[in-house]
Amino acid sequence: MDFALSEEQKQVQELITQFIAKDYPFDVREKLVKSEDGFSKEFWKTFGEFGLLAMPFSEGDGGFNGGPVDLMVILEAFGTGLIVEPYIPNIVLSGHLISKLGNDDQKKEILPKLLSGELQMSFAFTEPQSRFDLNDVTTTAKLDGDNYIVDGYKAVVMNGPASDKIIVSCRTSGGQLDEDGISLLIIDKDSKGLSSRDYSNVDGSKASEITLENVSVPKTNLIGDEGKSFKTISQVIDLATLAISAEAVGIMQKMNELTLEYTKTREQFGQTLSKFQALQHRMVDTFMVHEQTKSLLLMAAAKLNDNASDASKSISALKFQIGSAAKLIGEESIQLHGGMGVTEEMSIGHYFKRLTTIRTIFGNSDYHLKRYSSL
Amino acid sequence: MNLSFSPEDLKFQDEVRTFLEENYPADVKRKMDNGIPLEREDHLKWQKVLSKKGWFAVNWPEEYGGTGWTVTQKHIFQNELAAINTPSIVPFGVSMCGPVIYTFGTEEQKEKYLPAIRDNDVWWCQGYSEPGSGSDLASLKTKAEKKGDKYIVNGTKTWTTMAQHADWIFCLVRTDSSGIKQEGISFLLIDMKSPGVEVKPIITIDGSHEVNMVYLDNVEVPVENLIGEEGAGWSIAKFLLAHERTGIGGIPHLKREIKRLREIANELPLNDGFLKDDDLFMDKLNKLEIDLLSAEFTELRTLAAMSAGGHPGPESSILKIGGTDLQQALSELFVEALGYYAHPFMSEADLASNEKRIGPDFAATAMPHYLNFRKVSIYGGSNEVQRNVIAKAVLGL
Repeated sequence: MDFALSEEQKQVQELITQFIAKDYPFDVREKLVKSEDGFSKEFWKTFGEFGLLAMPFSEGDGGFNGGPVDLMVILEAFGTGLIVEPYIPNIVLSGHLISKLGNDDQKKEILPKLLSGELQMSFAFTEPQSRFDLNDVTTTAKLDGDNYIVDGYKAVVMNGPASDKIIVSCRTSGGQLDEDGISLLIIDKDSKGLSSRDYSNVDGSKASEITLENVSVPKTNLIGDEGKSFKTISQVIDLATLAISAEAVGIMQKMNELTLEYTKTREQFGQTLSKFQALQHRMVDTFMVHEQTKSLLLMAAAKLNDNASDASKSISALKFQIGSAAKLIGEESIQLHGGMGVTEEMSIGHYFKRLTTIRTIFGNSDYHLKRYSSL
Repeated sequence: MNLSFSPEDLKFQDEVRTFLEENYPADVKRKMDNGIPLEREDHLKWQKVLSKKGWFAVNWPEEYGGTGWTVTQKHIFQNELAAINTPSIVPFGVSMCGPVIYTFGTEEQKEKYLPAIRDNDVWWCQGYSEPGSGSDLASLKTKAEKKGDKYIVNGTKTWTTMAQHADWIFCLVRTDSSGIKQEGISFLLIDMKSPGVEVKPIITIDGSHEVNMVYLDNVEVPVENLIGEEGAGWSIAKFLLAHERTGIGGIPHLKREIKRLREIANELPLNDGFLKDDDLFMDKLNKLEIDLLSAEFTELRTLAAMSAGGHPGPESSILKIGGTDLQQALSELFVEALGYYAHPFMSEADLASNEKRIGPDFAATAMPHYLNFRKVSIYGGSNEVQRNVIAKAVLGL
């Protein structure tokens, strides 16, 4: 058993930390969030040049043979700087669906552009009624000659606004909740019949409501076997859950640091807040919860890395913990900042907003506790 | 990063498992499995099995009889010990006094005391707390006055676990009252057979006799029983407390207990089904299991860091708080599982008798454990004191 990161992983961590310190301070991030794209396409290309976009793919797919542990390292470091560039929708979700299910032509067409940062993608897997259940799919795709005709509605699609292409989960057979009969189609954002209502989320990220009316999609855009994609979707969502949990752990670390720093400088009743035992013990608790959550993150990353039989169960244990830890650390950090904690001007509130949306993304604590019990 | 067991580790696991299956004394096992309190001889019989195999002083340096095992091997070993419900190792000699002696003792002291601890020939107890010194341990008053080649010791120690079984006691004593309270404390080894040593039981709310008062009245102790310098006792005490805290969470035992509670939930009747059909109960059980996973991996991370960089530091306080919270929560869940059948009281004598017990088999020990485990957030430095330690030493507050 060995918890240490490799030299390469430490270098990646250092690279991102330096990037954040030099190029991505809070005020730069704020400008990006308020810009039209909502993130920097230039920085996105920089990440491509750093090799961060290609990292988790096999050499055959144009990557560096990285795995779940490498993803964890990248996203945890991203979390500390509240990086808003859409790594999870592009790389973890879309990229992995294509690398796992795509045929040679599809890979050749998409992966080089996706991994160099030229192409923007998203994965539309949620519907208004589906909440966190990946098997709940009512959007239909019916084969008509050489094309699928797609009808339906996809909700809160991450990175929808910037996307050139969207991978859409569709029902090609079976009932609303059947695991069998779910297929994946790559649909161009500018397809006729696809309309997108684009908006910002509270955490600064962007999303879309996607309506599909009689959209004609070439049969060659199907990835994986028709009706057989549920299992791969689950696996990729597990990986994305690990990734977003790593981001959350990075955010928790940063929020604890910011809060500690703040209480050491803010004075009330003639002494700094950090001298009050009532507050010290609360900061000890948030420190411990961060460490305990990080332990589960490492465990889950190792389980996914090893393809362990209980990998999915570990992911649910992790995401359950992320939900409760994010609530504690997020809310305590704001409380210990006092009134300043609720102002737009301080970064702490922005970390809080992202940490709060992460509690829900890919399933909240209740969902994952249920899933943990069932696995 | 790689958290899986290597083929060598798996082989080691087999070896440990086989040895334990073949050598765990049947009479001790019967008592453990039936919640019958152990006698002094039961503890020693079991621990001598490990001593004889060379698997007792697991964490000691090899030159003193340690195993030289890796962190992973130690982890495997502890889990295997717990999995078949072996008695917890009495820690005072092997996990506390031993490390102090091989770290701070003279060559003569090492030769005199270490083999007897390793071979389970001497039973140690811990003389730290006093009636007036609980969390504020450094305020201790037991006085040791040097007269020629002896110390004359006077004072009272309390909460002394298993002092009724002990041959020796290691004590924090005050050798100087002139400076600040942390200075002037010394670490002294005292033979319990010395004239002037008297042990009186304290009965705890679960009805058991586990802790004692130890009265020291003009006890004569040879000066060669002092460990380290005179006045160095406080730094030795802190070293020892950090050692004490790492294993205190009892995580391998919790793993076995949570598995047992799951089995109980599957079999314990509730209405026309079983306890496992109660979603609220099962939610609590599952949450505890996740908390336990995080505690286990936090301990492993700490041990891995320790094996790279030496002794446990203030981080051990995290393990103490996390582990003891879990111990208490799980003991409560056993009580909840029983409903009314948690209430019938069985004395230690009742437990040892062959009479049929009231309610389900596990009922007799559930409430006593819950009551007894109130202690875990109090002993070894209360969890509030642990938070002070982390605030100061880790967060720099």
